[in-house]
Amino acid sequence: MPIIIDYGVGNLFSLTSSFKFIGQDVTVTSDKKKIAAADKLILPGVGAFSDAAKALHETGMYDVIIEEARKGKPLLGICLGMQMLLTKSYEYGEHAGLNLIPGNVKPIAPVIEKGLKVPHIGWNALKFPENKPKSKLYKYVEPGEHVYFVHSYYGADCTECVSAYAEYGAELTASVELGNVYGTQFHPEKSGKTGLNILKAFCEL
Amino acid sequence: MITKRIIPCLDVKNGRVVKGVNFAGLRDVNSPIELAEYYSNNGADELVFYDITASAEGRGLFTDILREVASKIFIPLTVGGAINAVEDFDRVLKCGADKVSVNSGAIRNPALIGEAAKRYGDQCVVLSVDVKRVDGVFRVFAKGGRENTGMDAIEWIKSGVDSGAGEIVVNSMDTDGVKRGFDLELLEKVCNAVSVPVIASGGAGTMGDFLELFKKLPKVDAGLAASVFHFGEIKINDLKEFLAAEGINVRRI
Repeated sequence: MPIIIDYGVGNLFSLTSSFKFIGQDVTVTSDKKKIAAADKLILPGVGAFSDAAKALHETGMYDVIIEEARKGKPLLGICLGMQMLLTKSYEYGEHAGLNLIPGNVKPIAPVIEKGLKVPHIGWNALKFPENKPKSKLYKYVEPGEHVYFVHSYYGADCTECVSAYAEYGAELTASVELGNVYGTQFHPEKSGKTGLNILKAFCEL
Repeated sequence: MITKRIIPCLDVKNGRVVKGVNFAGLRDVNSPIELAEYYSNNGADELVFYDITASAEGRGLFTDILREVASKIFIPLTVGGAINAVEDFDRVLKCGADKVSVNSGAIRNPALIGEAAKRYGDQCVVLSVDVKRVDGVFRVFAKGGRENTGMDAIEWIKSGVDSGAGEIVVNSMDTDGVKRGFDLELLEKVCNAVSVPVIASGGAGTMGDFLELFKKLPKVDAGLAASVFHFGEIKINDLKEFLAAEGINVRRI
């Protein structure tokens, strides 16, 4: 059974509901034994990077996640959870991430066109990089389908690991992937049928 | 690019949707859950629920319903009505709301916007404003449009955004219910005053009204309506096909 890692950050109601809706039981826990026994892990997160990183350390989840990911267990980071997978964040200072995927969390404001609003909020279309097989996460998703974003920072310098991006006056990383580690900047649990299909594909990995 | 959003709004009183609802094919047309599912499956980009109940009992019913909607519908949910304190944010967010809309509560206590934004993030705080022209000036009305606060609407909206409101819903009382189009004059002033997303409300009667809104005011992010959707006068999927054919970027499902 997949486990949603509970480290006290964010509201998990919609996320747990969406797994139940697709017929997948999930457990929300920070119990290390259960996490070790799980077949898949989901790392949620909203709010500030530094608070979440601190919470990951304080709950002992930081080392557990790295250990489980290195064993090859599929791991899905969502929104701030995706950003936590990267090397470093520049949100209000410099903070180390889990470094499971190379990349830096940087503000979107300097890279997007002037006049575009920040945060990047709303439904945007998924685009997949060319010359690269489609991610297994998008088994049931076609390019151009819309997903729901809410963020002011994005995964920069993830080049090789970008599995989808969204156009917003720049190509913003929509999802990343390296081996068994996956991350979506958008909220699959708020992205209608497309989002549910992404969670379904993750459950089928 | 981000799509323009189409948002149906459901007024809920004692657990039921009020304002006429007239759908063929729904078993219970006044059930917020059935209606929310219908909209979610038929192209709505987001749903807004206003709790217009006055009693504590009704409040409890509302949160039960919200929880049930949020367990079945996986698009953003905004909740408003009776939001007077940070505890009210907490109450509805725990039930699955993504954004919380404040109106009279923020007029009574403007600090609420900042407190909530600090705790839950700007993107979570929606400032909803009822606006009416009084002697040629846009004024803010409170208590569901019953009380003229005397405040200048544009100034109030600007101060709300400065305090941390991440989105503005502009309800024009002058165009509301008239079904002759959105209040473009008011909306333009709001769009020029703030840089957060602006949601237009009040006046939609036809699909052409939405087109005019997005063509004339490209800065408007979303159009919100209730009765034209509830009565089936405009089907959201049809509206989106129409807008897309006219070159407006929308999400089609």
